[in-house]
Amino acid sequence: MTRYVVGRVLQAAVVLWAAYTLTFAILYLLPSDPMQLQLAAAGVQEDSLTPEQLAGMKAAFGLDRSVGAQYWHHLTGVLHGDFGISLTTRQPVTDLIGARIGPTLQLSAAAAVTALLFGSVLAYLATFVRLGPLRVLLTRLPAVGASFPQFFIALFLIQFFSFQLGWFPATGTEGIAALVMPVLTIAVLASSVLAQVLIKSFDETLRQPYIVTARAKGLSRSAVHLKHALRNAALPAMTLLGVIIGTAVTSSIVTETVFTREGVGRLAQEAVLSQDVPVVLAVVTLAATVFVLVNLIVDLLYPLLDPRITAGEGTLL
Amino acid sequence: MTAQVVEPVVVDAPTETREISGLRATTAQLIRRPLFLIAAAWVAFVLISAFRPGWFTGYDPYATDPAAAMLPPGADHLFGTDIYGRDLWSRVLHGSALTIRATLIALGIAGVAGLGLGIVSGFFAGITDSILMRFVDVLLAIPGLLLALSIVTALGYGTLPVAVAVGVGIVPGFARTTRAEVLRVKTLPYVEAARAGGASWARVLLRHILPNAWGPVAVLAVLDAGVAIIAIASLSFLGFGAAPPAAEWGTLIADGRNYLITSWWLSLLPGVFVALLVLSLNHLSKTFQELSR
Repeated sequence: MTRYVVGRVLQAAVVLWAAYTLTFAILYLLPSDPMQLQLAAAGVQEDSLTPEQLAGMKAAFGLDRSVGAQYWHHLTGVLHGDFGISLTTRQPVTDLIGARIGPTLQLSAAAAVTALLFGSVLAYLATFVRLGPLRVLLTRLPAVGASFPQFFIALFLIQFFSFQLGWFPATGTEGIAALVMPVLTIAVLASSVLAQVLIKSFDETLRQPYIVTARAKGLSRSAVHLKHALRNAALPAMTLLGVIIGTAVTSSIVTETVFTREGVGRLAQEAVLSQDVPVVLAVVTLAATVFVLVNLIVDLLYPLLDPRITAGEGTLL
Repeated sequence: MTAQVVEPVVVDAPTETREISGLRATTAQLIRRPLFLIAAAWVAFVLISAFRPGWFTGYDPYATDPAAAMLPPGADHLFGTDIYGRDLWSRVLHGSALTIRATLIALGIAGVAGLGLGIVSGFFAGITDSILMRFVDVLLAIPGLLLALSIVTALGYGTLPVAVAVGVGIVPGFARTTRAEVLRVKTLPYVEAARAGGASWARVLLRHILPNAWGPVAVLAVLDAGVAIIAIASLSFLGFGAAPPAAEWGTLIADGRNYLITSWWLSLLPGVFVALLVLSLNHLSKTFQELSR
């Protein structure tokens, strides 16, 4: 068991390092020159600067060193919680993210919880209801939910709940009311993904012999569904927790942009627009960390929840 | 659901007549599904309109007409008009050209790279497999949209960078599915029989493994076309797509957002258009999956 845990933690660390390295390689090795991009963004002609000025600016951002040296400098920095300096605002990236992570954490957490709730209830009903047409409708609903682009759902909610009904503010970061529509936007997609898997899992569980046994013993359909089917069906869906939280985090980019929330997602969108490489690298690393950590926790918990899976085999990739 | 098409599981290849009757049965089954027909028709319409938008609209997507600005949807202008009096229906159809092309490029990248990785990984197994699959794990550890954002940051804006970014994002799924299928088919008796019959590995791979492994990959491709469309639309919505006045679907929806309160159709109608396409693609992929069971 200890061996499994240590191995799994090490594996997560290696994947995370590799993800960071890959993102670094994409951002620093591809053709664009960060210095030129930044000068262009500031409206400065490269010719108007003396070579000394240019060299000085490059040195200030560490761009005068070889890519290998920059990589090493950045990697050691990241391990100390330092993500470098933003090319556009010239503030430390860690401060920029720190100032805006609150709203994103709120949004992602609330959206993940809402998605878990919606998705489970939908899957539960879709497999419990017997009325044919209603069952078909409920089973098809997740596929429909996953087909709408998120920004469309966001705009639809704004049009309906803000402009028509006036219930919630269309934009803003402050207060619970401003959180409702962004959370709904993300929850539609995340719960659709969850419900699709849960429904399948329910269908398989309901075919198991112990379900027949429970029914034959005289338990009611609802008791069997709640006590026997739900717990067993929920287990495979647990591996989706990483995907749901990952969806909640990535969705914050589009969602925060539409609802003009001052969060990390919007920071990422602005950073890509101004090609602020250190900020993009930091946000991607942060999201990958969340994703890898959640999957690590799920993998470590899984053998505890399902004794049929013994640690050391099966869940290892 | 009871499987009505029974795949002949035999060591030799299925005979010609069996294949034809199987195909006929499948076609007959498909025709009996009205939802499938509607979905297929919509996908076909959007595909055709992407390459020949002129067939379905008489308006120039860039022609401004101040007198006809902000008209609601009607008989003259199916989707209404925007602030410059440009016909929205025509702009959506011309947007198809950009978005569908980007989708095809993305799928092409994912298909070539994903199929390649999957085949090599599944066929050679061992250390090659371990290395390639660890690489795929790393790609999967970076959430798709964020991987796409890094690529767009590095490559710049436009339809092509967005297509490349989205394509790279769906490579891992392709690689994994292809690998799993190749691994499955590789152990089947007919592969062994072909090898025993003296066929080279290359021939076995091309003639026996690939044709039998590509079904689930094709289903995934249809499904991923929907995923790619949403991703491409999202990236262009965020402002990383083609430069104006050309407008991808995402850009159209983003532009309409400023007039949401008075002219809802500018954002919502193109949105419905996109959603219907993705929904149709999902339905097609699901139907194929059910039939192949």
